Amino acid sequence: MFQDKKAGIIKTASWGSYFLITLFAPEIARESRPGQFLMIRVSDSLNPLLRRPLSIHNRSGQEVEIFFQVAGEGTKLLAQKNAGDFLDILGPCGQGFSLKPEFKDQEIFCVGGGRGLAPLYFLARELQAAGARPVIFYGGQTLSDLPLKKRLEEAGWETHCSTDDGSSGFRGLVTRLVEKELTRRKPYYLFACGPEAMMASLAKICQTAVLPAEFSLESIMGCGLGACWGCARKIKKNGEIKYLRICQDGPVFPAEEIIWPGD
Amino acid sequence: MVDLSVDLGFLKLKNPVIAASGTFGYGLEFQPLYDLNLLGGLVVKGLYFKPREGNPPPRLAETPGGLINSIGLQGIGVEAFGREVLPRLAGLKTAVIANVCGEEEEEYARVAEYLSQQAGLAALELNISCPNVRKGGKCPAQDPEATYRTVKRVQQVSSLPLITKLSPNVTDITAVALAAQEAGSQAVSLVNTFLALAIDLRTRKPKLGNVLGGLSGPAIKPLALRMVFEVAKKIEIPVIGLGGIFNAQDALEFMVAGASAVQVGTANFVNPLACPEIIKGIEDWAKSQGISSLSEIVGSLKV
Ligand SMILES: Cc1cc2nc3c(=O)[nH]c(=O)nc-3n(C[C@H](O)[C@H](O)[C@H](O)COP(=O)(O)OP(=O)(O)OC[C@H]3O[C@@H](n4cnc5c(N)ncnc54)[C@H](O)[C@@H]3O)c2cc1C
Ligand SMILES: Cc1cc2nc3c(=O)[nH]c(=O)nc-3n(C[C@H](O)[C@H](O)[C@H](O)COP(=O)(O)O)c2cc1C
Ligand code: FES
Repeated sequence: MFQDKKAGIIKTASWGSYFLITLFAPEIARESRPGQFLMIRVSDSLNPLLRRPLSIHNRSGQEVEIFFQVAGEGTKLLAQKNAGDFLDILGPCGQGFSLKPEFKDQEIFCVGGGRGLAPLYFLARELQAAGARPVIFYGGQTLSDLPLKKRLEEAGWETHCSTDDGSSGFRGLVTRLVEKELTRRKPYYLFACGPEAMMASLAKICQTAVLPAEFSLESIMGCGLGACWGCARKIKKNGEIKYLRICQDGPVFPAEEIIWPGD
Repeated sequence: MVDLSVDLGFLKLKNPVIAASGTFGYGLEFQPLYDLNLLGGLVVKGLYFKPREGNPPPRLAETPGGLINSIGLQGIGVEAFGREVLPRLAGLKTAVIANVCGEEEEEYARVAEYLSQQAGLAALELNISCPNVRKGGKCPAQDPEATYRTVKRVQQVSSLPLITKLSPNVTDITAVALAAQEAGSQAVSLVNTFLALAIDLRTRKPKLGNVLGGLSGPAIKPLALRMVFEVAKKIEIPVIGLGGIFNAQDALEFMVAGASAVQVGTANFVNPLACPEIIKGIEDWAKSQGISSLSEIVGSLKV
């Protein structure tokens, strides 16, 4: 865990409301695992006060990338940063996705909805490095919600896209697309990150298909370090339901441990 | 050489900066980031006798310069703390202070009694001021008599020095401070959070799952400073000041207002290195002012 007060922005890219920032952060890069996140100070002022949690989207050498969608004031400020600026970042925070040795030679589904694709790029790279075959499912409302489509295809991974309006790929929800694919083949494992409703429905699909899965959850965060208990959410561990910290005990949890709203 | 140490009478701190309860976990969470021995002290998260589930989410809401929390004192309970956490804190060369909570007087006493039998604690901070748990946000700190009774009861069963943590949600905080002193508290710390509400206009729902929460951070600093000033004038025992301290200047202002030491809470989230940076900033300031001992500035407000 490091606080890097002056992580230099090497470059930025944007597509509509989506932004990619590449940071020089050698210590954090070295320790990062897929599914972990950074706590980022978006402003030097006291408003917004708290850091914003953003997944580590990619690591390459001494650099880390973040990929985000503008959701409110904090992410808007972050989107205004330019190459040459510095960011105060803390990380890598949390427990990442589990990368199991038995994934080797297996097909692993990685399902991202919108900005939820952020942690899956890093994951897919590490899966591939470990000899597994990542298969990407990337869903959004419309074509402009899939800015990373090209990047995924360039990486050489089998990539399935969906849009609600049919402007790119399958017309309909990404969960439907996964469900369809599951009638044809059975992967070894599934990882997902995206809107709560998407993940909740995916959890049911995985349960029916008896497919082990892990999901990355979100919560408003205070410290990101496990110290404040502000991010807690009900999780079922060893048969017992209790509030666990998304930042420290997660953000990634096995599907069967998650209590979805409305459950 | 600047002497940063602070003598509270019952406890000597190597410097006046203490990490505040609830913002610093059980102490260990910040260990990967810096050497905790740099701190004057640290107060662990509030402890009840039994483990507590805490409040429903969302538990945090931001306001300009402020944070409203309704954690609801989720925690592992005092026995698990004594068994699993305290031994890992015992080797620290900083004052480890436990934050004692209770649903009622007897629970405060049980927690304090248990803790005073453990090794490794420098003092107890009696959290009679958490607004989250009691119905309607009521707590002993809102009533001088209840404060007196609770402090007295804890004194009977505990051999550790007592710091009583006061709530700002009162009409006259000095009356409560006096009651704590009268009952034998060795110090008071103030302030805890201000009872607050945040609304999501779109849904017309409260932003917090528990409806109300406690406001902390820079937004409360001037209010906290005023209360420290008022209390320090009235009582003999040392005052530990807190509320919105984000940098050395904030900390020094509290000392000038009458605080012998300070605590740093919400700042730990915004800048995890806040405490060591504040300590360094105080030292630099003292040097630049030719101040050899910090006690020179405590209560030095010119009015
Ligand atoms: C572990 C983790 C990893 C994340 N990774 C990414 C990522 O890689 N890319 C990305 O685009 N987003 C990610 N998010 C979500 C991102 O943190 C929020 O969109 C951001 O904090 C919103 O801040 P804001 O100031 O722009 O919006 P605000 O104005 O603060 O809030 C806008 C809305 O988002 C809600 N919100 C605020 N903070 C959070 C939060 N931390 N999580 C969920 N909802 C929140 C608010 O309640 C509000 O409804 C992640 C969240 C978590 C918890
Ligand atoms: C998330 C959070 C949890 C807290 N938990 C406790 C607690 O367990 N016991 C306690 O006495 N005070 C608790 N407090 C209050 C702080 O210790 C402190 O009194 C208050 O936040 C004001 O200081 P600050 O503005 O520096 O944060 C908590 C505050 C926050 C923000
Ligand atoms: S954000 Fe503080 S414990 Fe998770």
